[in-house]
Amino acid sequence: MHQNQTKYNYKRSNMLKIKNLHASVEGEEILKGINLEINPGEVHAIMGPNGSGKSTLASVIAGNEDFEVTDGDILFEKSNISELSPDERAHKGIFLSFQYPVEIPGVSVTNFIKTSINQVRKSRGQEDMPANEMLKKIREKSALLEMDRKFLSRSLNDGFSGGEKKRNEIFQMAMLEPKLAILDETDSGLDIDALRIVSEGVNRLRTNENATLVITHYQRLLDYIVPDVVHVLLDGKIVKTGDKELAKELEERGYDWLKEESTAKV
Amino acid sequence: MSLKDKLISSFLAFEENIDLENDIHTQRDSAIKYFENTGFPTKKDEAWKYTSLNSILKEDYSIFPKKEFALDYKDVKKYFIHDIDTYTIVFVDGIYSSHLSSTTHDKFDACLMSSALNKAKYKSIIDTYFNKATPEDSLVSLNTAFTREGAYIRVPKNVAAEKPVQIINFSTGSETALMVQPRNLIIAEDGSQLQIIERHQSLTDNAVLTNSVTEVFVGKNANVDYYKIQNDKTSASLIDSTYVKQDRDSVASVHTFSLGGKLTRNNLNFYQNGENINSILKGVTILEDKQHVDHNTLVHHQQPNCESHQDYKGIFSDKSVGVFNGKVYVDKIAQKTDAYQSNNNILIDDTSTCNSKPQLEIFADDVKCSHGCTIGQLDNEALYYLQTRGIPYKEARALLMFAFANNVLDSVKIPEIKKRITKQIALKIGVELGFDL
Repeated sequence: MHQNQTKYNYKRSNMLKIKNLHASVEGEEILKGINLEINPGEVHAIMGPNGSGKSTLASVIAGNEDFEVTDGDILFEKSNISELSPDERAHKGIFLSFQYPVEIPGVSVTNFIKTSINQVRKSRGQEDMPANEMLKKIREKSALLEMDRKFLSRSLNDGFSGGEKKRNEIFQMAMLEPKLAILDETDSGLDIDALRIVSEGVNRLRTNENATLVITHYQRLLDYIVPDVVHVLLDGKIVKTGDKELAKELEERGYDWLKEESTAKV
Repeated sequence: MSLKDKLISSFLAFEENIDLENDIHTQRDSAIKYFENTGFPTKKDEAWKYTSLNSILKEDYSIFPKKEFALDYKDVKKYFIHDIDTYTIVFVDGIYSSHLSSTTHDKFDACLMSSALNKAKYKSIIDTYFNKATPEDSLVSLNTAFTREGAYIRVPKNVAAEKPVQIINFSTGSETALMVQPRNLIIAEDGSQLQIIERHQSLTDNAVLTNSVTEVFVGKNANVDYYKIQNDKTSASLIDSTYVKQDRDSVASVHTFSLGGKLTRNNLNFYQNGENINSILKGVTILEDKQHVDHNTLVHHQQPNCESHQDYKGIFSDKSVGVFNGKVYVDKIAQKTDAYQSNNNILIDDTSTCNSKPQLEIFADDVKCSHGCTIGQLDNEALYYLQTRGIPYKEARALLMFAFANNVLDSVKIPEIKKRITKQIALKIGVELGFDL
């Protein structure tokens, strides 16, 4: 069923189109010409060994100013977002689930998400979400992630366990309903129960209007969130693209054979 | 003529107007002599190393305002915590304003220092308490010499004051420059409860120097919460010396919200004179525009099994200066003391300054004393995180600053004050937060 959706969606324009993207941090080039197209309804996975540039790619799409884009373009729904700030990208519907969510003592999860939702609405010329509607949505989405109500009044990520932090990221994603969700190493630090809850949360948020980019080191997460397309990132370049079978192949063979293949090409 | 000389010569004129037979006279006399010998503190004094009074002592202050100035409540209502029922003791240019005040003698006394000093029925109380919590200090002596007016609050044994008391000092600018010296005496007897809100407010841009002294006596098992709202004009300076003397099993807290003023010096001193005492000192300071706030705190642990909690947060920008000098003394006898001190500061830009100096002197060997101070910038990683959630840079900064100050507000027990201060913080930071508080 999912394949049919994908085929249909290919006829429409890309949601995200990255062309020849080069990015560096402190003068060192990390991304060396990335090309990537993601369509509505699709789940893409980016895999690669440590240091290949996976998290950099996520940060650059989200607009992290620590990274300098030296060449290429990032198009989101046909418009170039390369110059936009992270909040402006969020307003367009891009969401990044952090590998290491930041702890912010002094502001509760609830107040944080209210601020976030209302700022996004403001950017779209909408009024604040009515309090009862907000409350209902918070209840519904926190239930989806099996979050305790006490959790919502705690300070944001402050003293949260690894699993709680990741669940909280997906809770925010559920609240914000982004068009493109980038999940950066969402599986790291999760036990099997948390992994199941988080993955189910992500899967239930999928529609044929939104897209997901899963960044992971391991195949394990892809058993739960099944990708349509798998890309392998090596030394700042996508060296191979395939379907979910590629992920399984990587799990068995590692990355070395691809390294040899890509150097052979040069 | 220097301000010091002017004050000393004015003392004679001041004395003529007061009852020389009064017992206080001898205290005034020795106080002015002490001030004459010591003068105003300078940066050579260790406790004043980071705060110079020079710029504010230059003004030609009137020591006694020439005329009384009537204020309309509607013009100054916004400076009151007016959404809750309170008793109010209001002074205009140092003179009691009966029509702005609402005092009481019913269940407890919330009235005037001038009556307490002059009426025979208060004599034994004045003898017991007046000027008894203060150490030898030039600014306190100066205040003692000129003591005339202020708030007098006495809550009898086992009485809980049914509403908070607000002490508000207005300056009207009727003089080009005015010096006022309020003197407050607060006595919470054994088992009593009291909440106080204090504010100094200038209504014009004329210079004001307030040298305020407050003595607070907290009886056995009594509970006193004191909230100081400092959000004055940049032409107004305040030296606040507050001495809290606590008896056993008591809890006393002072929250100081320093959000504005030219120069503010808070000398806040706690003396623990019994076992099982808890002393709480909290402060939020948010400054810009060359403003200067100096928190000089002292907690003296004199008996075993007591606690103290100090938590001061500061946010400084645009050439503003913050000073924190927190002293904790633990006497040899004060075993099992639990003393906590924390001072965290954020410098928003390169032009602002912060000096933080924790000072612990511990003579007991079985104590838990912790302290920490930080001076830093807003966390860029946290800013980025908030931005990826659609919160623009300016609002993200505001949210982080709010979060930073928030845990000091957590212990505020009067919700209206919490709300008011939160709003003022949001206003200062210049943005609306996305949620109600």
